[in-house]
Amino acid sequence: MEPVMAVVVGALFAASVYMMLRRSIVKLVIGLILLSNAANLLIFTVSGLTRGAPPLIPEGLEVPPDAWADPLPQALILTAIVIGFGVLAFAVVLIHRAYEVVGEDDMDQMRSTDT
Amino acid sequence: MSVAVALPVLIPFIFGSLSLVFFNSHAVQRWLGVIGTGLLFLATIVLLHKTWTDGIQVMAMGSWPAPFGIVLVADMTSAIMTLMAGMMGFALAVYSLPSISRDHEAFGYYPLMHLLLAGVSGAFLTGDIFNLYVWVEVLLVASFALLILGGERGQMEGAIKYVTLNLFSSIMLLVGVGLTYGLTGTLNMADLAVKLPEVEQQGLVTVVGMLFLVSFSIKAAAFPLFFWLPASYHTPPVAVTALFAALLTKVGVYALYRFFTLMFGNDVGYTHELLLWIGGFTMVTGVLGAAAYYEIRRILAFHIVSQIGYMIVGLALFTPMALAGGVIYIVHNIIAKTNLFLVGGVIYMMRGSYDLKQIGGLWKTRPLLGVLFLLPAMALAGIPPLSGFLGKYVIIRAGVEVESWGIVAVSLGVGLLTLYSMVKIWAEAFWKAQPEEHAARAEQFEQALSQKSVAIMLLPIIALGVLAAVIGLAAQPVYEMALVAGHQLLDSTDYIEAVLGVTP
Repeated sequence: MEPVMAVVVGALFAASVYMMLRRSIVKLVIGLILLSNAANLLIFTVSGLTRGAPPLIPEGLEVPPDAWADPLPQALILTAIVIGFGVLAFAVVLIHRAYEVVGEDDMDQMRSTDT
Repeated sequence: MSVAVALPVLIPFIFGSLSLVFFNSHAVQRWLGVIGTGLLFLATIVLLHKTWTDGIQVMAMGSWPAPFGIVLVADMTSAIMTLMAGMMGFALAVYSLPSISRDHEAFGYYPLMHLLLAGVSGAFLTGDIFNLYVWVEVLLVASFALLILGGERGQMEGAIKYVTLNLFSSIMLLVGVGLTYGLTGTLNMADLAVKLPEVEQQGLVTVVGMLFLVSFSIKAAAFPLFFWLPASYHTPPVAVTALFAALLTKVGVYALYRFFTLMFGNDVGYTHELLLWIGGFTMVTGVLGAAAYYEIRRILAFHIVSQIGYMIVGLALFTPMALAGGVIYIVHNIIAKTNLFLVGGVIYMMRGSYDLKQIGGLWKTRPLLGVLFLLPAMALAGIPPLSGFLGKYVIIRAGVEVESWGIVAVSLGVGLLTLYSMVKIWAEAFWKAQPEEHAARAEQFEQALSQKSVAIMLLPIIALGVLAAVIGLAAQPVYEMALVAGHQLLDSTDYIEAVLGVTP
């Protein structure tokens, strides 16, 4: 399972960088969405994939009897998803406002503060 | 267990929430801003005092012992950085009273300011790398919103670059955290300091370290990843820019200090050589960028980049003295750079422009402002006896001791170019006569000037200017404190013992 996930994560990162390098600000935000999802999947994969073994302790025992899935990466991902969602909501509003103010969705037209 | 460690995080959160409760009453928000940041300042002084007298302070959140729970840790470096955050928060809350427009207050300037301070304090104090990511996001979200308050075209364009590149660096940080967890099974910094050297494939540790290096270099605005900073920092109101200049890039620098002393010291020959080159190029490109501009805020924004280089060099030289020099330099830079932005804001109030070609004649009418500009400007350039001289002296002395002659030469040359930039502002804004074609606007702004507002804005400027002089004059105690910080950074035994309770 891990090799497949590795390829998926790699493809997501590649796609997100490609989208972020394009000139349209809408595609820039799509790139950011893909980027945060790629990072979440990566955390999920590197901490080891365990199928069908919830980290639950049966009554009367101190620790689960067999190997169990590590709950910590899932907590990390959950936090990262919430943060990513909030930040992306901001980014969407930002590009909308930027489009209203500048009248273009082209990054090349947004250079007045660079020089 | 020490509650003093948690207060610098709790106080801004409490006052931020209170400001939200009184969202429609701007007068109450202003008072909450001053009182909240004042209390934060006091709390950080207490924390530094405790850390200085009793050693490293640790607090386990929810009493979950490390490495299972999240800990807040204050060693000397963290405590000094938090003190700077509290001091700058207080100075800027006072400065904001007359300088922030009613529109900005209506859109929640004060709650956002508290949120930003909470994020910065949290990032300085946390002892857990995932928690660091969360704090970085907290301060980033607050800074995004502060950056676009007002909604002008330049702000939108700057914000898109700022948001994109900072989000990218946060994701790199998150990926690094995930990979570190995959390698070691822990997220606690002290635990990582024990476990990372035990990882079999040390090459992988260096690779993960490089991810953190790139991520924090973007946040610290180091060469070649600093381009978001000059594109965005000059767009918001000057109080916001000053807050960003004081604290945001320093979070990146602090994280570099923490990661590449405590945790990723496995391949110093490679990582710190790289850091030395990054530091050198950051200094040079920043100062050359500043030399090309005639707009006060842009000149100062490029100088932020340039000064970051000195701090990274302090880390790269990797001796107790160099790290102490780096810490002194961070303190000096936060004070002097913020002060320069504040003076820039007052100049704008008097002349209606930040463009040096459109303003002049301030020495004739405002000699006091001229002196208050000269204090931080000369400190920045490293003229004795001000604070910058001490910082530069210690770093360069450390460079001479390890016989790294190239970086010593670059540091001295960049110091000279910094002086050139500061003298340029001085000669154009203060000595030159007011240009005729813009005299009408200057007249208009002078007329509209309220003496009371200027007096309030000058208060933090005077305090910070005096402080820059005091640090330079009272060099010995400052250096001793910084040297303790340097030793703690270089020898992680105390840190690990304080957090985990066992001697490694």
